[in-house]
Amino acid sequence: MARTPADLAGAEPDPPFEITFDGRPVPALPGQTIAAALWGAGILAWRTTRRTGRPRGAFCGIGQCFDCLATVNGERNRRACLTPARPGDTVTTQEGHGHDRLAV
Amino acid sequence: MTGSPSEPYDLAVVGAGPAGLAGAVTAAELGLSTVLLDASGRPGGQYFRHPAPGLGATRPGALHHDWPAFTALRRRLAASDVTHLAHHHVWTVTRRAADDWTVHALTGPDGDDGKPVRIRARAVLLATGAHERHLPFPGWTLPGVVGAGGAQAMLKAGLVLPGRRVVVAGSGPLLLAVASSLTAAGAHVPEVVEAAGYLGYARHPRALATNPHKLVEAAVHGTALARHRVRLRPRSAVTAVHGTDRVEAVTVSRLGPDWRPLPGTGRRVPCDALAVGHGLVPQTELATGLGCATRRTPDGTDALLLDAWQETTVPGLWAAGETGGTGGWQLARVEGELAAVAVTARLRARPGLTTGRRVRDLARRRDRMRAFAEAMAAAHAPGAGWTGWLTDDTEVCRCEEVTAGRVREAVDDLGARDARTVKLLTRAGMGWCQGRMCGAAVAALAAAGRPDGAVPPSPARRPLAVPVPLAALAALPEDPDGPDGPEDH
Repeated sequence: MARTPADLAGAEPDPPFEITFDGRPVPALPGQTIAAALWGAGILAWRTTRRTGRPRGAFCGIGQCFDCLATVNGERNRRACLTPARPGDTVTTQEGHGHDRLAV
Repeated sequence: MTGSPSEPYDLAVVGAGPAGLAGAVTAAELGLSTVLLDASGRPGGQYFRHPAPGLGATRPGALHHDWPAFTALRRRLAASDVTHLAHHHVWTVTRRAADDWTVHALTGPDGDDGKPVRIRARAVLLATGAHERHLPFPGWTLPGVVGAGGAQAMLKAGLVLPGRRVVVAGSGPLLLAVASSLTAAGAHVPEVVEAAGYLGYARHPRALATNPHKLVEAAVHGTALARHRVRLRPRSAVTAVHGTDRVEAVTVSRLGPDWRPLPGTGRRVPCDALAVGHGLVPQTELATGLGCATRRTPDGTDALLLDAWQETTVPGLWAAGETGGTGGWQLARVEGELAAVAVTARLRARPGLTTGRRVRDLARRRDRMRAFAEAMAAAHAPGAGWTGWLTDDTEVCRCEEVTAGRVREAVDDLGARDARTVKLLTRAGMGWCQGRMCGAAVAALAAAGRPDGAVPPSPARRPLAVPVPLAALAALPEDPDGPDGPEDH
Protein backbone atom coordinates (compact mmCIF):
# COMPACT_ATOMS: atom_id res chain seq x y z
CA MET A 1 0.00 0.00 0.00
CA ALA A 2 1.27 3.47 -0.88
CA ARG A 3 2.22 5.50 2.18
CA THR A 4 2.42 8.91 0.56
CA PRO A 5 0.83 10.56 -2.47
CA ALA A 6 4.27 10.68 -4.10
CA ASP A 7 4.65 6.89 -3.68
CA LEU A 8 1.21 6.37 -5.16
CA ALA A 9 1.97 8.43 -8.27
CA GLY A 10 5.48 6.98 -8.58
CA ALA A 11 6.88 10.50 -8.40
CA GLU A 12 10.50 10.95 -9.40
CA PRO A 13 10.61 14.74 -9.13
CA ASP A 14 13.34 17.10 -10.18
CA PRO A 15 15.40 18.30 -7.17
CA PRO A 16 13.44 20.23 -4.52
CA PHE A 17 14.08 23.90 -3.88
CA GLU A 18 13.33 26.29 -1.06
CA ILE A 19 10.76 28.99 -0.58
CA THR A 20 10.16 30.86 2.64
CA PHE A 21 6.94 31.29 4.59
CA ASP A 22 7.02 34.15 7.12
CA GLY A 23 10.79 33.82 7.08
CA ARG A 24 10.88 30.08 7.68
CA PRO A 25 12.32 27.83 4.94
CA VAL A 26 9.82 25.47 3.29
CA PRO A 27 10.80 22.84 0.72
CA ALA A 28 8.92 22.78 -2.59
CA LEU A 29 8.97 20.43 -5.54
CA PRO A 30 9.06 21.65 -9.14
CA GLY A 31 5.50 21.70 -10.45
CA GLN A 32 3.85 22.31 -7.07
CA THR A 33 1.78 25.37 -6.34
CA ILE A 34 2.59 27.49 -3.32
CA ALA A 35 -0.44 26.01 -1.54
CA ALA A 36 0.78 22.47 -2.25
CA ALA A 37 4.26 23.25 -0.93
CA LEU A 38 2.75 24.74 2.24
CA TRP A 39 0.44 21.75 2.76
CA GLY A 40 3.45 19.51 2.22
CA ALA A 41 5.13 21.26 5.15
CA GLY A 42 2.01 20.89 7.31
CA ILE A 43 1.06 24.56 6.99
CA LEU A 44 -2.68 25.04 6.50
CA ALA A 45 -3.17 28.80 7.05
CA TRP A 46 -1.49 31.81 5.42
CA ARG A 47 -4.05 34.58 5.60
CA THR A 48 -5.98 36.30 8.38
CA THR A 49 -9.47 37.62 7.76
CA ARG A 50 -10.28 41.31 7.57
CA ARG A 51 -12.89 41.54 10.32
CA THR A 52 -12.01 38.98 12.96
CA GLY A 53 -8.38 38.20 12.07
CA ARG A 54 -9.05 34.46 11.86
CA PRO A 55 -6.61 32.16 10.03
CA ARG A 56 -7.47 30.83 6.56
CA GLY A 57 -5.77 28.75 3.88
CA ALA A 58 -6.69 26.69 0.83
CA PHE A 59 -10.32 25.57 0.78
CA CYS A 60 -11.64 24.91 -2.75
CA GLY A 61 -8.21 24.10 -4.19
CA ILE A 62 -9.24 25.17 -7.71
CA GLY A 63 -9.04 28.97 -7.69
CA GLN A 64 -12.72 29.65 -6.97
CA CYS A 65 -13.00 30.55 -3.28
CA PHE A 66 -10.10 33.04 -2.87
CA ASP A 67 -9.57 31.87 0.71
CA CYS A 68 -5.94 30.96 -0.09
CA LEU A 69 -4.85 34.51 -0.92
CA ALA A 70 -1.26 35.12 0.12
CA THR A 71 1.36 37.78 -0.29
CA VAL A 72 4.01 36.41 -2.67
CA ASN A 73 7.23 38.34 -3.21
CA GLY A 74 5.48 41.41 -1.85
CA GLU A 75 2.50 41.10 -4.16
CA ARG A 76 -0.78 40.70 -2.28
CA ASN A 77 -3.87 38.67 -3.12
CA ARG A 78 -2.17 35.89 -5.07
CA ARG A 79 -4.19 32.68 -5.15
CA ALA A 80 -1.71 30.24 -3.61
CA CYS A 81 -3.57 27.24 -5.06
CA LEU A 82 -2.94 28.48 -8.62
CA THR A 83 0.43 30.19 -8.28
CA PRO A 84 3.38 27.92 -9.05
CA ALA A 85 6.13 27.88 -6.44
CA ARG A 86 9.44 29.24 -7.77
CA PRO A 87 12.86 28.95 -6.13
CA GLY A 88 13.35 31.72 -3.60
CA ASP A 89 9.71 32.79 -3.43
CA THR A 90 8.95 34.78 -0.30
CA VAL A 91 5.46 33.98 0.97
CA THR A 92 4.07 35.99 3.85
CA THR A 93 0.81 35.75 5.76
CA GLN A 94 -1.61 38.22 4.27
CA GLU A 95 -3.24 40.19 7.04
CA GLY A 96 -6.57 41.77 6.29
CA HIS A 97 -7.30 42.95 2.79
CA GLY A 98 -5.12 44.01 -0.09
CA HIS A 99 -6.98 46.15 -2.54
CA ASP A 100 -4.11 46.86 -4.84
CA ARG A 101 -4.74 44.00 -7.28
CA LEU A 102 -8.34 42.87 -7.16
CA ALA A 103 -10.26 45.53 -8.97
CA VAL A 104 -13.78 44.18 -8.58
CA MET B 1 -3.73 35.23 -37.60
CA THR B 2 -6.82 33.09 -37.09
CA GLY B 3 -8.99 34.52 -34.34
CA SER B 4 -7.90 38.05 -35.12
CA PRO B 5 -10.61 40.55 -36.01
CA SER B 6 -10.09 39.89 -39.71
CA GLU B 7 -10.22 36.11 -39.50
CA PRO B 8 -12.13 34.60 -36.58
CA TYR B 9 -11.88 30.99 -35.54
CA ASP B 10 -14.83 28.80 -36.43
CA LEU B 11 -15.18 27.62 -32.83
CA ALA B 12 -13.92 28.81 -29.46
CA VAL B 13 -14.17 26.20 -26.70
CA VAL B 14 -13.98 27.41 -23.09
CA GLY B 15 -12.67 24.74 -20.71
CA ALA B 16 -10.34 21.80 -21.39
CA GLY B 17 -11.99 19.16 -19.24
CA PRO B 18 -13.55 16.05 -20.78
CA ALA B 19 -16.39 18.03 -22.44
CA GLY B 20 -14.20 20.78 -23.87
CA LEU B 21 -11.45 18.42 -24.97
CA ALA B 22 -13.89 16.11 -26.74
CA GLY B 23 -15.63 19.10 -28.32
CA ALA B 24 -12.42 20.72 -29.52
CA VAL B 25 -10.81 17.62 -31.03
CA THR B 26 -14.06 16.51 -32.67
CA ALA B 27 -14.61 19.95 -34.20
CA ALA B 28 -11.04 20.08 -35.50
CA GLU B 29 -11.33 16.57 -36.92
CA LEU B 30 -14.49 17.71 -38.73
CA GLY B 31 -12.50 20.57 -40.27
CA LEU B 32 -13.34 23.55 -38.05
CA SER B 33 -10.61 25.97 -37.05
CA THR B 34 -10.78 25.63 -33.28
CA VAL B 35 -9.31 27.39 -30.27
CA LEU B 36 -9.43 25.86 -26.80
CA LEU B 37 -9.04 28.22 -23.83
CA ASP B 38 -8.42 26.85 -20.34
CA ALA B 39 -7.46 28.36 -17.00
CA SER B 40 -5.16 25.49 -16.09
CA GLY B 41 -1.67 24.89 -17.39
CA ARG B 42 -2.55 21.35 -18.50
CA PRO B 43 -5.69 19.95 -20.12
CA GLY B 44 -7.93 17.58 -18.18
CA GLY B 45 -10.22 19.84 -16.15
CA GLN B 46 -10.93 18.97 -12.54
CA TYR B 47 -11.57 15.28 -13.08
CA PHE B 48 -8.39 14.52 -15.01
CA ARG B 49 -6.27 16.97 -13.04
CA HIS B 50 -2.74 15.58 -12.77
CA PRO B 51 0.76 16.57 -11.62
CA ALA B 52 2.92 19.02 -13.54
CA PRO B 53 5.86 17.43 -15.39
CA GLY B 54 8.35 18.65 -12.77
CA LEU B 55 6.87 16.22 -10.23
CA GLY B 56 7.96 13.34 -12.45
CA ALA B 57 4.90 11.18 -11.79
CA THR B 58 5.62 7.82 -13.43
CA ARG B 59 2.06 6.72 -12.58
CA PRO B 60 0.04 9.93 -13.17
CA GLY B 61 -3.08 7.81 -13.62
CA ALA B 62 -2.85 6.15 -10.20
CA LEU B 63 -5.56 8.48 -8.89
CA HIS B 64 -7.90 7.95 -11.86
CA HIS B 65 -9.84 4.86 -12.86
CA ASP B 66 -10.16 6.07 -16.41
CA TRP B 67 -6.75 7.52 -17.21
CA PRO B 68 -6.45 5.87 -20.68
CA ALA B 69 -9.61 7.69 -21.79
CA PHE B 70 -7.90 10.99 -20.97
CA THR B 71 -4.60 10.13 -22.61
CA ALA B 72 -6.56 9.18 -25.75
CA LEU B 73 -8.18 12.63 -25.80
CA ARG B 74 -4.81 14.26 -25.13
CA ARG B 75 -3.23 12.38 -28.05
CA ARG B 76 -6.04 13.52 -30.34
CA LEU B 77 -5.47 17.09 -29.15
CA ALA B 78 -1.74 16.88 -29.87
CA ALA B 79 -2.42 15.45 -33.33
CA SER B 80 -5.05 18.08 -34.15
CA ASP B 81 -4.88 21.64 -35.41
CA VAL B 82 -6.59 22.91 -32.24
CA THR B 83 -4.95 26.04 -30.83
CA HIS B 84 -4.70 25.20 -27.12
CA LEU B 85 -4.40 28.31 -24.98
CA ALA B 86 -3.47 27.21 -21.45
CA HIS B 87 -3.54 29.63 -18.50
CA HIS B 88 -6.32 31.64 -20.13
CA HIS B 89 -9.00 32.73 -17.64
CA VAL B 90 -12.12 33.72 -19.56
CA TRP B 91 -13.86 36.59 -17.82
CA THR B 92 -16.61 37.33 -20.32
CA VAL B 93 -18.00 36.32 -23.69
CA THR B 94 -19.70 38.91 -25.89
CA ARG B 95 -21.95 38.45 -28.91
CA ARG B 96 -22.34 40.71 -31.90
CA ALA B 97 -24.39 38.23 -33.92
CA ALA B 98 -25.22 34.52 -33.78
CA ASP B 99 -22.01 33.86 -35.71
CA ASP B 100 -19.81 36.63 -34.31
CA TRP B 101 -18.47 36.15 -30.80
CA THR B 102 -15.60 37.53 -28.75
CA VAL B 103 -14.05 35.65 -25.85
CA HIS B 104 -12.15 37.82 -23.36
CA ALA B 105 -9.46 36.25 -21.18
CA LEU B 106 -6.75 37.12 -18.69
CA THR B 107 -3.53 35.15 -18.96
CA GLY B 108 -1.08 33.60 -16.52
CA PRO B 109 -1.39 30.86 -13.86
CA ASP B 110 -3.33 33.18 -11.55
CA GLY B 111 -4.55 35.46 -14.37
CA ASP B 112 -1.75 37.72 -13.27
CA ASP B 113 0.54 38.37 -16.21
CA GLY B 114 -1.20 41.57 -17.30
CA LYS B 115 -1.68 40.54 -20.94
CA PRO B 116 -5.42 40.25 -21.59
CA VAL B 117 -6.56 38.74 -24.89
CA ARG B 118 -9.65 38.82 -27.08
CA ILE B 119 -10.44 35.90 -29.35
CA ARG B 120 -13.03 36.11 -32.14
CA ALA B 121 -15.02 33.06 -33.19
CA ARG B 122 -18.12 32.16 -35.20
CA ALA B 123 -19.46 29.85 -32.49
CA VAL B 124 -18.71 29.23 -28.80
CA LEU B 125 -18.85 25.99 -26.81
CA LEU B 126 -18.93 26.51 -23.04
CA ALA B 127 -17.45 23.59 -21.12
CA THR B 128 -16.74 25.42 -17.89
CA GLY B 129 -17.64 22.56 -15.56
CA ALA B 130 -18.72 23.02 -11.99
CA HIS B 131 -17.49 24.03 -8.57
CA GLU B 132 -18.36 22.40 -5.30
CA ARG B 133 -21.51 23.26 -3.39
CA HIS B 134 -21.00 24.04 0.28
CA LEU B 135 -23.46 24.09 3.13
CA PRO B 136 -21.94 25.85 6.14
CA PHE B 137 -21.75 24.34 9.62
CA PRO B 138 -20.20 25.52 12.89
CA GLY B 139 -16.42 25.62 12.48
CA TRP B 140 -16.20 25.14 8.73
CA THR B 141 -13.83 28.08 8.34
CA LEU B 142 -11.17 26.53 10.58
CA PRO B 143 -7.90 25.65 8.78
CA GLY B 144 -7.96 21.93 8.05
CA VAL B 145 -11.54 22.05 6.79
CA VAL B 146 -11.20 21.86 3.01
CA GLY B 147 -13.50 21.17 0.12
CA ALA B 148 -13.78 17.46 -0.71
CA GLY B 149 -13.12 18.41 -4.32
CA GLY B 150 -10.35 20.71 -3.10
CA ALA B 151 -8.61 17.90 -1.25
CA GLN B 152 -8.93 15.78 -4.39
CA ALA B 153 -7.54 18.57 -6.59
CA MET B 154 -4.58 19.28 -4.31
CA LEU B 155 -3.82 15.56 -4.16
CA LYS B 156 -4.13 14.95 -7.90
CA ALA B 157 -2.02 17.94 -8.94
CA GLY B 158 0.26 18.67 -6.00
CA LEU B 159 0.58 15.18 -4.44
CA VAL B 160 -0.22 16.54 -0.98
CA LEU B 161 -2.76 15.85 1.77
CA PRO B 162 -4.37 18.28 4.24
CA GLY B 163 -3.71 15.89 7.12
CA ARG B 164 -3.08 12.27 8.06
CA ARG B 165 -6.47 11.49 9.56
CA VAL B 166 -9.17 12.97 7.35
CA VAL B 167 -12.94 12.73 7.87
CA VAL B 168 -14.85 12.98 4.57
CA ALA B 169 -18.34 14.48 4.84
CA GLY B 170 -21.22 16.12 3.00
CA SER B 171 -23.31 14.52 0.31
CA GLY B 172 -22.96 13.06 -3.17
CA PRO B 173 -21.09 10.37 -5.05
CA LEU B 174 -17.87 12.42 -5.04
CA LEU B 175 -17.37 11.65 -1.35
CA LEU B 176 -16.66 7.96 -1.97
CA ALA B 177 -14.20 8.80 -4.73
CA VAL B 178 -12.42 11.31 -2.49
CA ALA B 179 -12.25 8.88 0.44
CA SER B 180 -10.91 6.24 -1.91
CA SER B 181 -8.19 8.58 -3.24
CA LEU B 182 -7.17 9.82 0.19
CA THR B 183 -6.76 6.30 1.57
CA ALA B 184 -4.84 5.18 -1.52
CA ALA B 185 -2.46 8.10 -0.93
CA GLY B 186 -1.77 7.10 2.66
CA ALA B 187 -4.30 9.08 4.70
CA HIS B 188 -6.49 7.37 7.26
CA VAL B 189 -10.17 8.14 6.69
CA PRO B 190 -12.02 7.09 9.85
CA GLU B 191 -15.47 7.89 8.47
CA VAL B 192 -17.36 8.97 5.36
CA VAL B 193 -20.30 11.00 6.64
CA GLU B 194 -23.13 11.22 4.09
CA ALA B 195 -26.22 13.31 4.77
CA ALA B 196 -28.45 11.37 2.39
CA GLY B 197 -29.45 7.73 2.71
CA TYR B 198 -28.00 5.61 -0.06
CA LEU B 199 -31.38 3.91 -0.31
CA GLY B 200 -32.39 6.94 -2.36
CA TYR B 201 -30.83 5.25 -5.38
CA ALA B 202 -33.24 2.36 -5.00
CA ARG B 203 -36.06 4.64 -6.08
CA HIS B 204 -34.53 4.77 -9.56
CA PRO B 205 -33.91 1.12 -10.47
CA ARG B 206 -34.26 1.77 -14.19
CA ALA B 207 -31.60 4.47 -14.32
CA LEU B 208 -29.26 2.24 -12.32
CA ALA B 209 -29.90 -0.85 -14.43
CA THR B 210 -29.11 0.98 -17.66
CA ASN B 211 -25.86 2.46 -16.30
CA PRO B 212 -23.99 -0.61 -15.03
CA HIS B 213 -20.61 1.19 -15.21
CA LYS B 214 -21.76 3.38 -12.35
CA LEU B 215 -22.46 0.32 -10.20
CA VAL B 216 -19.00 -1.01 -11.00
CA GLU B 217 -17.47 2.32 -9.96
CA ALA B 218 -19.39 2.26 -6.70
CA ALA B 219 -18.29 -1.33 -6.06
CA VAL B 220 -14.64 -0.41 -6.70
CA HIS B 221 -14.80 2.45 -4.21
CA GLY B 222 -16.77 0.33 -1.75
CA THR B 223 -14.21 -2.47 -1.84
CA ALA B 224 -11.29 -0.07 -1.41
CA LEU B 225 -12.99 1.63 1.52
CA ALA B 226 -13.84 -1.68 3.22
CA ARG B 227 -10.20 -2.77 2.87
CA HIS B 228 -9.08 0.41 4.65
CA ARG B 229 -11.74 0.02 7.36
CA VAL B 230 -13.48 3.23 6.42
CA ARG B 231 -16.86 3.47 8.13
CA LEU B 232 -19.73 4.76 6.04
CA ARG B 233 -22.21 6.86 8.06
CA PRO B 234 -25.33 7.61 6.03
CA ARG B 235 -27.98 10.07 7.26
CA SER B 236 -25.34 11.90 9.28
CA ALA B 237 -23.51 15.20 9.12
CA VAL B 238 -20.63 17.03 10.72
CA THR B 239 -22.36 19.55 12.99
CA ALA B 240 -19.31 21.03 14.73
CA VAL B 241 -15.56 21.34 14.25
CA HIS B 242 -13.24 21.50 17.25
CA GLY B 243 -9.85 23.19 17.51
CA THR B 244 -8.44 26.66 18.01
CA ASP B 245 -6.27 27.36 15.00
CA ARG B 246 -6.75 24.07 13.18
CA VAL B 247 -8.96 21.01 13.19
CA GLU B 248 -8.57 18.62 16.12
CA ALA B 249 -11.89 16.77 15.97
CA VAL B 250 -15.39 16.96 14.54
CA THR B 251 -18.83 16.18 15.93
CA VAL B 252 -20.90 13.84 13.78
CA SER B 253 -24.66 13.84 14.37
CA ARG B 254 -27.45 11.68 13.01
CA LEU B 255 -29.96 13.38 10.73
CA GLY B 256 -33.69 13.00 10.33
CA PRO B 257 -35.11 12.40 6.85
CA ASP B 258 -35.13 16.15 6.11
CA TRP B 259 -31.47 16.45 7.24
CA ARG B 260 -32.41 18.07 10.55
CA PRO B 261 -29.82 16.98 13.14
CA LEU B 262 -31.26 14.71 15.83
CA PRO B 263 -30.53 16.15 19.30
CA GLY B 264 -28.29 14.10 21.54
CA THR B 265 -26.80 11.98 18.74
CA GLY B 266 -23.46 13.85 18.43
CA ARG B 267 -20.25 11.81 18.56
CA ARG B 268 -16.77 13.30 18.65
CA VAL B 269 -14.38 11.95 16.01
CA PRO B 270 -10.70 12.94 16.35
CA CYS B 271 -9.08 14.00 13.06
CA ASP B 272 -6.64 16.60 11.74
CA ALA B 273 -8.60 17.50 8.60
CA LEU B 274 -12.12 17.42 7.22
CA ALA B 275 -12.88 17.19 3.50
CA VAL B 276 -16.44 18.34 2.89
CA GLY B 277 -18.77 19.04 -0.04
CA HIS B 278 -22.45 18.80 -0.93
CA GLY B 279 -22.51 18.14 -4.64
CA LEU B 280 -21.56 20.39 -7.52
CA VAL B 281 -22.82 23.70 -8.88
CA PRO B 282 -22.70 24.22 -12.66
CA GLN B 283 -20.54 27.20 -13.67
CA THR B 284 -22.98 29.10 -15.82
CA GLU B 285 -22.08 32.76 -15.40
CA LEU B 286 -20.56 33.25 -18.87
CA ALA B 287 -23.86 32.03 -20.35
CA THR B 288 -26.34 33.66 -17.99
CA GLY B 289 -24.59 36.96 -18.63
CA LEU B 290 -25.68 36.54 -22.26
CA GLY B 291 -29.27 35.80 -21.29
CA CYS B 292 -29.23 32.00 -21.57
CA ALA B 293 -32.15 30.30 -19.83
CA THR B 294 -31.51 27.87 -16.98
CA ARG B 295 -33.34 24.95 -15.45
CA ARG B 296 -33.56 23.77 -11.84
CA THR B 297 -31.88 20.38 -11.41
CA PRO B 298 -33.27 17.73 -9.03
CA ASP B 299 -30.59 18.59 -6.45
CA GLY B 300 -31.52 22.25 -6.45
CA THR B 301 -28.83 23.85 -8.61
CA ASP B 302 -29.40 25.95 -11.72
CA ALA B 303 -27.98 24.47 -14.93
CA LEU B 304 -28.09 25.74 -18.50
CA LEU B 305 -31.20 24.81 -20.45
CA LEU B 306 -30.00 22.99 -23.58
CA ASP B 307 -31.72 21.55 -26.62
CA ALA B 308 -31.14 18.08 -28.06
CA TRP B 309 -28.01 19.42 -29.82
CA GLN B 310 -26.47 21.00 -26.72
CA GLU B 311 -27.30 24.53 -27.88
CA THR B 312 -28.28 27.08 -25.25
CA THR B 313 -31.32 29.31 -25.69
CA VAL B 314 -28.99 31.92 -27.23
CA PRO B 315 -28.29 30.80 -30.82
CA GLY B 316 -24.63 30.25 -31.61
CA LEU B 317 -23.72 29.39 -28.02
CA TRP B 318 -23.42 25.72 -27.13
CA ALA B 319 -22.62 24.02 -23.80
CA ALA B 320 -21.48 20.57 -22.73
CA GLY B 321 -20.71 18.76 -19.50
CA GLU B 322 -21.50 19.99 -16.00
CA THR B 323 -22.66 23.43 -17.19
CA GLY B 324 -25.85 21.65 -18.26
CA GLY B 325 -26.12 19.72 -14.98
CA THR B 326 -23.75 17.50 -13.04
CA GLY B 327 -23.31 14.13 -14.70
CA GLY B 328 -19.70 12.96 -14.64
CA TRP B 329 -16.86 12.85 -17.14
CA GLN B 330 -18.30 10.20 -19.49
CA LEU B 331 -21.47 12.21 -20.05
CA ALA B 332 -19.36 15.35 -20.49
CA ARG B 333 -17.24 13.71 -23.18
CA VAL B 334 -20.30 12.53 -25.10
CA GLU B 335 -21.93 15.95 -24.88
CA GLY B 336 -18.78 17.69 -26.07
CA GLU B 337 -18.62 15.46 -29.10
CA LEU B 338 -22.33 15.96 -29.86
CA ALA B 339 -21.98 19.72 -29.57
CA ALA B 340 -19.01 19.76 -31.93
CA VAL B 341 -20.99 17.83 -34.54
CA ALA B 342 -23.93 20.22 -34.16
CA VAL B 343 -21.70 23.29 -34.49
CA THR B 344 -20.11 21.87 -37.63
CA ALA B 345 -23.50 21.06 -39.13
CA ARG B 346 -24.57 24.68 -38.54
CA LEU B 347 -21.43 26.48 -39.68
CA ARG B 348 -20.82 24.28 -42.72
CA ALA B 349 -24.54 23.94 -43.59
CA ARG B 350 -24.25 20.15 -43.41
CA PRO B 351 -27.47 19.01 -41.71
CA GLY B 352 -26.66 15.45 -42.78
CA LEU B 353 -24.00 15.33 -40.06
CA THR B 354 -26.68 15.23 -37.38
CA THR B 355 -28.59 12.24 -38.73
CA GLY B 356 -25.83 9.64 -38.95
CA ARG B 357 -25.59 6.53 -36.85
CA ARG B 358 -22.67 7.87 -34.80
CA VAL B 359 -24.73 10.83 -33.72
CA ARG B 360 -27.81 8.78 -32.92
CA ASP B 361 -25.65 6.53 -30.78
CA LEU B 362 -24.09 9.52 -28.98
CA ALA B 363 -27.49 11.06 -28.32
CA ARG B 364 -28.80 7.78 -26.92
CA ARG B 365 -25.82 7.47 -24.57
CA ARG B 366 -26.20 11.09 -23.54
CA ASP B 367 -29.88 10.61 -22.69
CA ARG B 368 -29.20 7.44 -20.71
CA MET B 369 -26.38 8.97 -18.65
CA ARG B 370 -28.32 12.20 -18.14
CA ALA B 371 -31.25 10.20 -16.73
CA PHE B 372 -28.88 8.49 -14.30
CA ALA B 373 -27.34 11.81 -13.29
CA GLU B 374 -30.75 13.29 -12.51
CA ALA B 375 -31.63 10.24 -10.38
CA MET B 376 -28.38 10.61 -8.44
CA ALA B 377 -29.01 14.32 -8.01
CA ALA B 378 -32.47 13.66 -6.60
CA ALA B 379 -31.04 11.20 -4.07
CA HIS B 380 -28.56 13.81 -2.79
CA ALA B 381 -30.80 16.90 -2.85
CA PRO B 382 -30.24 18.74 0.44
CA GLY B 383 -33.10 18.31 2.90
CA ALA B 384 -34.61 21.57 4.12
CA GLY B 385 -33.68 20.75 7.72
CA TRP B 386 -29.94 21.23 7.18
CA THR B 387 -30.21 24.82 8.40
CA GLY B 388 -30.96 23.27 11.81
CA TRP B 389 -27.25 22.66 12.36
CA LEU B 390 -26.37 26.35 11.99
CA THR B 391 -25.71 28.37 15.13
CA ASP B 392 -26.20 32.13 14.99
CA ASP B 393 -22.44 32.67 15.00
CA THR B 394 -21.73 30.18 12.19
CA GLU B 395 -20.11 32.03 9.33
CA VAL B 396 -22.12 31.61 6.14
CA CYS B 397 -20.20 33.93 3.79
CA ARG B 398 -16.53 33.10 4.16
CA CYS B 399 -15.25 36.16 2.28
CA GLU B 400 -17.23 38.83 4.11
CA GLU B 401 -17.47 36.91 7.40
CA VAL B 402 -21.26 37.19 7.54
CA THR B 403 -22.85 34.92 10.14
CA ALA B 404 -26.06 32.92 9.96
CA GLY B 405 -27.43 35.21 12.66
CA ARG B 406 -27.00 38.27 10.46
CA VAL B 407 -28.54 36.52 7.45
CA ARG B 408 -31.53 35.44 9.57
CA GLU B 409 -31.89 38.99 10.85
CA ALA B 410 -32.06 40.20 7.25
CA VAL B 411 -34.78 37.63 6.55
CA ASP B 412 -36.77 37.73 9.79
CA ASP B 413 -36.51 41.43 10.69
CA LEU B 414 -35.80 43.18 7.41
CA GLY B 415 -37.96 41.10 5.09
CA ALA B 416 -35.36 39.72 2.66
CA ARG B 417 -36.86 36.89 0.63
CA ASP B 418 -34.05 36.10 -1.84
CA ALA B 419 -30.27 35.86 -1.95
CA ARG B 420 -29.85 39.17 -3.74
CA THR B 421 -31.68 41.13 -1.05
CA VAL B 422 -29.71 39.35 1.69
CA LYS B 423 -26.53 40.31 -0.16
CA LEU B 424 -27.51 43.97 -0.31
CA LEU B 425 -28.37 44.00 3.40
CA THR B 426 -25.47 41.96 4.77
CA ARG B 427 -22.74 41.75 2.08
CA ALA B 428 -23.12 37.93 2.04
CA GLY B 429 -21.98 36.90 -1.44
CA MET B 430 -20.34 40.24 -2.19
CA GLY B 431 -16.75 39.20 -1.60
CA TRP B 432 -13.93 37.72 -3.64
CA CYS B 433 -15.71 34.50 -4.60
CA GLN B 434 -18.87 36.36 -5.63
CA GLY B 435 -21.12 33.98 -3.74
CA ARG B 436 -19.75 30.77 -5.20
CA MET B 437 -19.16 29.33 -1.73
CA CYS B 438 -22.16 30.74 0.18
CA GLY B 439 -24.73 31.16 -2.60
CA ALA B 440 -26.63 27.91 -2.03
CA ALA B 441 -26.78 28.50 1.73
CA VAL B 442 -27.89 32.11 1.52
CA ALA B 443 -30.61 31.22 -1.00
CA ALA B 444 -31.91 28.50 1.33
CA LEU B 445 -31.90 30.78 4.37
CA ALA B 446 -33.69 33.52 2.44
CA ALA B 447 -36.30 31.05 1.19
CA ALA B 448 -37.19 30.22 4.80
CA GLY B 449 -38.97 33.57 4.86
CA ARG B 450 -41.20 32.74 1.86
CA PRO B 451 -44.70 31.35 2.34
CA ASP B 452 -43.93 28.22 0.28
CA GLY B 453 -40.31 27.96 1.50
CA ALA B 454 -39.19 27.31 -2.09
CA VAL B 455 -35.85 28.65 -3.31
CA PRO B 456 -36.50 30.91 -6.30
CA PRO B 457 -34.27 30.42 -9.35
CA SER B 458 -31.13 32.47 -8.83
CA PRO B 459 -28.71 31.52 -11.58
CA ALA B 460 -25.23 32.93 -11.21
CA ARG B 461 -25.10 36.57 -12.27
CA ARG B 462 -21.48 37.62 -12.38
CA PRO B 463 -20.74 40.10 -15.15
CA LEU B 464 -17.05 39.39 -14.59
CA ALA B 465 -16.47 35.66 -14.21
CA VAL B 466 -13.00 36.20 -12.71
CA PRO B 467 -11.53 39.27 -10.96
CA VAL B 468 -10.19 41.65 -13.59
CA PRO B 469 -7.60 44.28 -12.59
CA LEU B 470 -8.43 47.68 -14.06
CA ALA B 471 -4.86 47.77 -15.38
CA ALA B 472 -5.65 44.70 -17.49
CA LEU B 473 -8.66 46.42 -19.03
CA ALA B 474 -6.60 49.51 -19.70
CA ALA B 475 -3.96 47.35 -21.40
CA LEU B 476 -6.44 45.99 -23.95
CA PRO B 477 -5.59 46.98 -27.51
CA GLU B 478 -8.37 48.91 -29.22
CA ASP B 479 -10.88 46.65 -30.93
CA PRO B 480 -10.89 47.78 -34.57
CA ASP B 481 -14.43 46.46 -34.93
CA GLY B 482 -15.57 47.77 -31.57
CA PRO B 483 -18.13 50.48 -30.93
CA ASP B 484 -15.70 53.15 -32.11
CA GLY B 485 -14.30 51.02 -34.91
CA PRO B 486 -14.86 51.13 -38.65
CA GLU B 487 -18.06 49.01 -38.58
CA ASP B 488 -19.98 51.80 -36.93
CA HIS B 489 -18.79 54.55 -39.19
